[in-house]
Amino acid sequence: MTPLLEVRGLRKHYRVAKRGMIERGQSGVVRAVDDVSFVLQAGQTLGLVGESGCGKTTTARSILDLVPADAGEILLDGRDVRPILAGTDRTAMLAVRRRMQYVFQDPYLSLNPRWTINEALREPFRVHAPQHQRDWDGRIAALLETVGLEPRNGVRYPHEFSGGQRQRVGIARALAVEPDVVLLDEPVSSLDISVRSQILNLLAALQDQLGVAYVYISHDLSSVRFISTHVAVMYLGRIVEIGAVDEIFARPRHHYTAALISAIPVPSPGAVDRRVHLRGEVPSAMNRLTGCPFHPRCAAALPICREQDPALQPMGPKTQAACHNPA
Amino acid sequence: MAGQLAPLLAVEGLKVHFHTRDGVVRAVDGVDFQVAPGQTLGIVGESGSGKTVSSLTLLRLAPPPARIVAGRVLFEGEDLLRQSDKRLAQIRGRRMAMIFQNPATSLNPILSIGQQLTEILRWHTGVSRQAALDRAAELLALVGISDPAARLRQYPHELSGGMKQRVGIARALLCEPALLLADEPTTALDVTIQAQILDLLAELRQRLAMSMVLVTHDMGVVARMADRITVMYAGRVCETADAATIFNAPQHPYTRALLQSVPRIDHSYSGARRVLPSIAGRPPDLLHAPPGCRFHDRCPEAAPECRRVMPREHLLAPGHSVSCLRRGSPGEDAP
Repeated sequence: MTPLLEVRGLRKHYRVAKRGMIERGQSGVVRAVDDVSFVLQAGQTLGLVGESGCGKTTTARSILDLVPADAGEILLDGRDVRPILAGTDRTAMLAVRRRMQYVFQDPYLSLNPRWTINEALREPFRVHAPQHQRDWDGRIAALLETVGLEPRNGVRYPHEFSGGQRQRVGIARALAVEPDVVLLDEPVSSLDISVRSQILNLLAALQDQLGVAYVYISHDLSSVRFISTHVAVMYLGRIVEIGAVDEIFARPRHHYTAALISAIPVPSPGAVDRRVHLRGEVPSAMNRLTGCPFHPRCAAALPICREQDPALQPMGPKTQAACHNPA
Repeated sequence: MAGQLAPLLAVEGLKVHFHTRDGVVRAVDGVDFQVAPGQTLGIVGESGSGKTVSSLTLLRLAPPPARIVAGRVLFEGEDLLRQSDKRLAQIRGRRMAMIFQNPATSLNPILSIGQQLTEILRWHTGVSRQAALDRAAELLALVGISDPAARLRQYPHELSGGMKQRVGIARALLCEPALLLADEPTTALDVTIQAQILDLLAELRQRLAMSMVLVTHDMGVVARMADRITVMYAGRVCETADAATIFNAPQHPYTRALLQSVPRIDHSYSGARRVLPSIAGRPPDLLHAPPGCRFHDRCPEAAPECRRVMPREHLLAPGHSVSCLRRGSPGEDAP
């Protein structure tokens, strides 16, 4: 079966000037996204997790060409759409964009403060014109209802809404053009806990209803476990482990995944501490090491890990990890 | 049990209101809690619950337009709300110290780490510059910073976020305070760094026999760190008990709902219908605080009286107090 979305060998490197006394003037390369590949089917959610700077947001933005990638293929229904997104044929580009939409982290920054909610929701129709103009208002009212807002509040401005309500508007705006894939970048991180669960429930219900696929980016592994069918763990621009969510959470094979999962404090006092302790901090993505990028912090590192960069390989029927000495 | 020790800190009937152009915001509206020697109290709540304002008020650090309207903060035998500014300056950083949420903004960017650490020490104790530097280096080593002598000469921008928070902790511990206030100390950090900082705080608390007030919205963090937990909602305390009771036998409807609404990393959601029990609505606007219980319009158990009468905290069992009419709390006397 042709996957709905397949990303192959996505790469985004940044050239930056090195700071410091000795190396001033020389340039280095930050490997923000380095050979990222994954597959997503309709109705599935891929949770993209990792710590700040691991490349998860750049990956999502490159998929939509919001950040132009250096290399790689973005296959939508088997067709590479990266040249179309980057190309000059606006009609073709919009046709692809309509199928892949983005929800931003901060609903305070991603809505125009001078537009009413109705105006904000009219924009996708204006751009993509999937329906006749006389149907827009009815469609907007229906959208607001779908995301749990009162249609009569559409005449209000963003500042009159709470964070959770604004995120509902952001979701409605993404869904307006009936996309097949929605990229959600930390959609609940800026919300209060009691509101988070409302938005997570909304996202789950919308997926069940519409069959839309999500790429869900988050550093909050608990919400990833809830919303995702699959999960990809990123470290220094690469996917180090990927597969079905329950398999990975129950038995992480990459030592970074294990450390990440075990670092989350479980809401049960006196829970047994099965922590996989990590030495040090994430190194700069600029200093490329030989061997496995994780080896300096890995307690299970072997001599080979210093020399040879491990590739993703099957660890079970539903998971892959890039590790010479898997857990 | 905690109740038998004389508390190191006792907050009684604290009210902090914000006098704004639009009216009075009752940010903290009658809050009580205690911290025993050597104990960690976790204060949990959502934004606007009053948890941060309460903790800042302990050292009279809540910025204007916050106004302390009523209450007492009894710490080591004195009411801090009635001490002179001079006396309070002696207590801040020496007997009660604070670590802040954002290590990037709580360190002075134009002073070296050494300058920021020795300034405090010399101000409080009047030791020599060299003695202060030695002590500062000792503290940096204690919080797990390698090569402390070199770090003392560095500036905040040269350190990573986790490292800066370690400096913030070192700074708070310079004078060996009896009580450490930590307001969301790990919220700005990545999860593996958060785990390192929580380990460090737990270890230091043991080693220095220090009390701690930990303010957080993260139920996982509070489960890992706190001996006792106070749950706040809309400027009031809902429930206070030891950590195990809060998590295993919560009584207040808000505590129950809050715990259930958090997705769990140790739980599989595959196969089943993915629905988290969530709390409808959102916290009230404290400019127009509703009469009666502040939680009544979101509470699954609300009775008609909850709309009129504000509940007063009462002891449900030894060490476990709750503020809910449906759990037998008496009504608050008319304000």
